[in-house]
Amino acid sequence: MATISTNPADQAAGAADAPRKAKRRTPGAPKAGRQLHAGPFTYIVLIVFTAISLFPLVWTAIAASRTNSRLAQTPPPFWFGSNLFGNLQTAWTEANLSTALLNTAIVAGSITIGTVLFSTIAGFAFAKLQFKMKNFLLMLTIGTMMVPPQLSVVPLFLWIADLDWTNHLQAVILPTFVSAFGVFFMRQYLSQALPTEIIEAARVDGASSLRIVWHVVFPAARPAMAVLGMLTFVAAWNDFFWPIIALTQENPTVQVALTSLGRGYIPDESVIMAGALLGTLPLLLVFVIFGKQIVGGIMQGAVKG
Amino acid sequence: MTAVTAPPSEGGAAPRGGSGRPRDARDERRGRWRSRRYRWDVKAMPYAFVSPFFLFFAAFGLFPLIYTGWSSFYRVELTNLDAREFVGFHNYTRLLEDEFFWNALKNTFTIGVISTVPQLLIALGLAHLLNYKLRGSTFFRVAMLTPYATSVAAATLVFTLMFGTDYGMINWALEHLGFSNHIDWRAGTWSSQIAVSSIVIWRWTGYNTLIYLAAMQAVPHDLYESAALDGASRWQQFRHVTIPMLRPTILFTIVVSTIGATQLFGEPFLFGGPGGEKGGSSHQFQTLGLYLYEQGWTNYHLGRASAIAWAMFLILLLIAAVNGLVARWLRKNHEG
Repeated sequence: MATISTNPADQAAGAADAPRKAKRRTPGAPKAGRQLHAGPFTYIVLIVFTAISLFPLVWTAIAASRTNSRLAQTPPPFWFGSNLFGNLQTAWTEANLSTALLNTAIVAGSITIGTVLFSTIAGFAFAKLQFKMKNFLLMLTIGTMMVPPQLSVVPLFLWIADLDWTNHLQAVILPTFVSAFGVFFMRQYLSQALPTEIIEAARVDGASSLRIVWHVVFPAARPAMAVLGMLTFVAAWNDFFWPIIALTQENPTVQVALTSLGRGYIPDESVIMAGALLGTLPLLLVFVIFGKQIVGGIMQGAVKG
Repeated sequence: MTAVTAPPSEGGAAPRGGSGRPRDARDERRGRWRSRRYRWDVKAMPYAFVSPFFLFFAAFGLFPLIYTGWSSFYRVELTNLDAREFVGFHNYTRLLEDEFFWNALKNTFTIGVISTVPQLLIALGLAHLLNYKLRGSTFFRVAMLTPYATSVAAATLVFTLMFGTDYGMINWALEHLGFSNHIDWRAGTWSSQIAVSSIVIWRWTGYNTLIYLAAMQAVPHDLYESAALDGASRWQQFRHVTIPMLRPTILFTIVVSTIGATQLFGEPFLFGGPGGEKGGSSHQFQTLGLYLYEQGWTNYHLGRASAIAWAMFLILLLIAAVNGLVARWLRKNHEG
C-alpha cells in the first residue's frame, strides 16, 4: 500500500487482499475484512476518556471566567462566571502576552519553515538520489534522534552568552531549525510517494536537480510537508526547556511568559488560568481546523517509522 | 533502481528542435558543456540537499555534545564564564557523593514508571476500542489528541490548581468518595509524584493511542477471523493476536516514552511553583532535569551541570542497550 489510509474500511479491504488467506473459510463464514461493530460499552468508555481529555481545557476557561476568591471555595465552580474579560486583560498585560504571542509565532513559524524545507530536500536526497556515504549519513541522522536536548544546553548557553544572543529570538530558533525526525519522515514518505521514473524523465528533459526539486518533489511531497509542518509547529509552540534558559521575561515566548504568572507568592489563580487559556487558544484553533490531518499524520508516521 | 540516468546526449532538450539538421561546432561545444554540468549536478547536488541538516546538526547538536563532555572536566561558573579551571573527574566524583543526585535519579525512575506504565496500558486499551467500527471515530481521535496540543505550562498550571489542598477539585471529589483527609499533593513524596505523573499521562496518552491504533489497523483481518473460527473470545483475540502483532510498536513506544521520562522537566518545574527547580520542599519530586537546571542556573556550577548531562546520556545509552537486549530476547523466544 502506497499510503496508509485512516479509513477503517479501506484498511479492511487492503487486508482482505493480503496473500495470507484463511484456510478454512467456508461460504457461510463471516465475510473477510468486516470489522466488528462497537458495542455500547465501547462508546461509554470512549466518551469517559474523551471527557477526561477535554475537561481540563474546558475547566481552564471556567476558572478564567471566575474571581480568585471564588476559586478558593468549595465546591469548585462548574460553570462560567462573568470575569473572563477582566482576567484576560490582567493576564495580557501582567505576563507581557502581546510580545510573547508575537515572539512565539515568529519562533514557531521560522522553525516550521526551516524544518519542512530542509527535511524535504534532505529526505528527497536520501530517498531517490545516489551518493557516496548515503547509508552512513542516514544512520547518523537516525542516531541523532537519541541525543537528549539536555546534553547541549550548557555549551549552547555559553555560546549565546558569548554572542550576546540571550533574549534574542535567534537563540531559540537556530538550535531547532532542522530536525532528524523530519528528514526521516520525508524520506519514508518520498521513497513511496514519488515514482523514480518521473525524476528520470525530468532528467532526460534536461532539468537540473533544483528544477526537479521545485517542479516535481515539492508538489509530490505537499501532503507530508503539511503534516510535518503542523507537528513541528505544535512542538515548537510548546517547547519549554531551552526557551526558559535562553530567554527572560523581557522578551519571552508564551511558555516562558506563563511561568511568570504562576510564580507570584500570592498567585491570582483566575488570572493564571486566563493566561493559560490565551497561551493555548491559538494552538487549539489550529487543532480544531487541522485536527483530522494531524491525527492522520501521526498515524502515518507511526506505521512507517 | 537508481536516479542516475545516462546523460542526455546532445544536451537535453536541444534535439527536439529540428531532426536531421547538421550540427556545427558551436552546438557540439554547448552539448559537451551541458553534459559536464549535468554530471556535476548529479554528483554534487545530493550533498547540497543534505548539507543544511548536517551543518545545523554539527553546529547545534554534535559540537555542543562534545563540548559538554569537555566542560564537564572543568570548573565553570555562570558568574564568571571566562575563568575555567581544569578539575579532571572532580565533577563526576562530586556527583556520585551527592545525595541529591541519587535522589533525583530515583525520582526520575519512579515518576518515569508511574507515568509511562499506566499511560501505555490505557493507550493500548483505547486503541483497541477505537479499532472497532465506530460512529464519530474521527471526533474521538481528535478529542483524545487535544491534550497533546496543550503546552506543558498551560497543562501544569491547570493541574496544579485542580490538585490544590484546600479548594482543589480532586480533593473535593475524593471527599465525596469518602476520603475526608485532604491530601497535600505537593508535600508528600508519593502524592506529588502521582500528581506530576498525571500531567504526563494526560498529555501523552492520546498520542500513544494513535500510534497503537495505526499499528492495529495494519494487522491482517483474517488472523482475527481464524482466531474467531477457533473459538477465541474477543479478549483472547486481543491477547493472542493483537498484542503479539503489536510487539515492535510497543517496544518503540516504550523506548520513546523512556527517553521522554528521562528528560522530564517542565511538569515538575512548574508544579513546584516558585523555586520549582528544587522539586518541592524536600526535593521529593526533583528529577534529573531539574537537578541539572538547579546546579547550572541557580547554583551557577555549569561544569557540574555538564557532568549531570553526560550522566543522563550514559543512563539513556544503558536503557537503550537493555531495551535492545530485551527486544532480541523477545524475538528469539517468539520464533523459537
